[in-house]
Amino acid sequence: MNQARTNPLNTAAMHGALILYTLIALFPVFVILINSFKTRKAIFREPLAMPDADSFSMIGYQTVMKQGDFFLYFQNSMIVTVASLFFVLLFGAMAAFALAEYRFKGNTLMGLYLALGIMIPIRIGTVAILEMMVATGLVNSLWALILVYTAQGLPLAVFILSEFMRQVSDDLKNAGRIDGLSEYTIFFKLVLPLVRPAMATVAVFNMIPIWNDLWFPLILAPAEETKTLTLGSQVFIGQFVTDWNAVLSALSMAILPVLVLYVIFSRQLIRGITSGAVK
Amino acid sequence: MQKPRIRWHIAVFLAPAVLVYTAVMIFPLFNTLRLSLFSKIDQERVYVGLQNFQTLFGDPIWSEQFWNALGNNFWFFLIHMLVQNPIGIALAAVLSHPRLRFAALYRSAIFIPTILSFVIVGFAWKLILSPIWGIAPGMLDAVGLKSLFAPWLGKEEYALTTLALISVWQFVGIPMMLIYAALLSIPEEVLEAGEIDGITGMSAFWKIKLPLILPSIGIISILTFVGNFNAFDLIYAAQGALAGPDFSTDILGTFMYRTFFGFQLQLGDPHMGSAIAGAMFAIILVGVCIYLFGIQTRMRRYQL
Repeated sequence: MNQARTNPLNTAAMHGALILYTLIALFPVFVILINSFKTRKAIFREPLAMPDADSFSMIGYQTVMKQGDFFLYFQNSMIVTVASLFFVLLFGAMAAFALAEYRFKGNTLMGLYLALGIMIPIRIGTVAILEMMVATGLVNSLWALILVYTAQGLPLAVFILSEFMRQVSDDLKNAGRIDGLSEYTIFFKLVLPLVRPAMATVAVFNMIPIWNDLWFPLILAPAEETKTLTLGSQVFIGQFVTDWNAVLSALSMAILPVLVLYVIFSRQLIRGITSGAVK
Repeated sequence: MQKPRIRWHIAVFLAPAVLVYTAVMIFPLFNTLRLSLFSKIDQERVYVGLQNFQTLFGDPIWSEQFWNALGNNFWFFLIHMLVQNPIGIALAAVLSHPRLRFAALYRSAIFIPTILSFVIVGFAWKLILSPIWGIAPGMLDAVGLKSLFAPWLGKEEYALTTLALISVWQFVGIPMMLIYAALLSIPEEVLEAGEIDGITGMSAFWKIKLPLILPSIGIISILTFVGNFNAFDLIYAAQGALAGPDFSTDILGTFMYRTFFGFQLQLGDPHMGSAIAGAMFAIILVGVCIYLFGIQTRMRRYQL
């Protein structure tokens, strides 16, 4: 009965297809990374060869270090991503708790209102967002980006977190209330630790789009001192189009932090997606 | 439980999220729609009604660009639907096979392009497809197909399709993961019942699994739709704001950016930009409504 499932030919075909697609997925990244360590001549003569003693060169990285302020860009990206995630999680969890825990007038309506933003992209409002940031003097500051990404991440965060908070046992919370804990203590001390896995899922979901966004940094914070890594590499590569060593090195430097984050969080991310958090 | 006093803590819990969300997302959204009804005349903001939309659809200079961008956007979406989602479903179907070894490894590797930024993806592919560097022609040469090579990103007739395929390459991981999750949630008993009736292998996929994952395919389609109709980054990173060659890769996102910000000789016009944003909003809204009311409610859901 189970023969169809374990047929060795079938298995070989499946592995063949998966290996083929894995190669397609990884090939461009691989080519960029190996060529960033080669001399200009070797890049063009043998683009697919691994760097060896002859062709090894760090000249591209030296140019990037000298010309682009990649540490500043990296720092900006870090600040924006971490701060946005912090606010998304804190505000999102608080709102989700209110929606999941208390019955009050307009509860459903409030839930729907907050869920609107899941489907409507925040980019549609860019013109007015820019005007508002100019008016409040936040333009070209990291706060502009943090605010926008917080607003962008909140709808899905509230949605996912409130689903999870409904599963937290009422007995536990009521026991806390009988012990005289305030609603705030119940939220921070009892409920938050229990929904930590869901918070991690929300964080990982939001992290990649925030880190990789080009639109808002380009429009709200294009100044040199507020450039994020994504915008910084875009501008840098645009200027150094003909310097292949520098371009390849800049690309590699932009790839590496994301890859490291992915290796750390991939299990969380994949578990988050496959546990049906997005319904 | 209902007490007559005001429960302030509810307000405190809700306030930060509602404030930020309203101030930075909902209010600007409606303000943008409002701005599309104004225009700048003699340095002053004047209410002009629907005149901007009249220009956008009536003035040949504008309407030509708009329809071009909209048409390109539909083509972009179509390629995603026809290539990205079937490949994603196929990969998920293979990955969800029980007793497949290294499934987690394949899954993580295939998802890697999705985590890279558009800037990296755009430039990496630009370099690989570049006739100067010669990776793509060299590889085609190795299999005897060199004559097929063309500077795909530089030719008007290929550029948009090429970019759409690059975007497919990047995002195939998302349908793969969502369908994979849906396939895993199908109970073993259903499949075993099918096996007893002689439905195995491919026919089990078509006759049992596919109908069961249709809701997930619906969600993927609407996610693809919304994502494609506010896409911008990849085109901007690979082809610049002019979406060359000769606007052949212009989509609504780049068109709005150019109009709103101005580019080279064209002056930025926030009001026309708002009008385009309004059009995008309408398109996305129509798409989401078709999904919510037309597709989702009619889809048969099976209790598993």
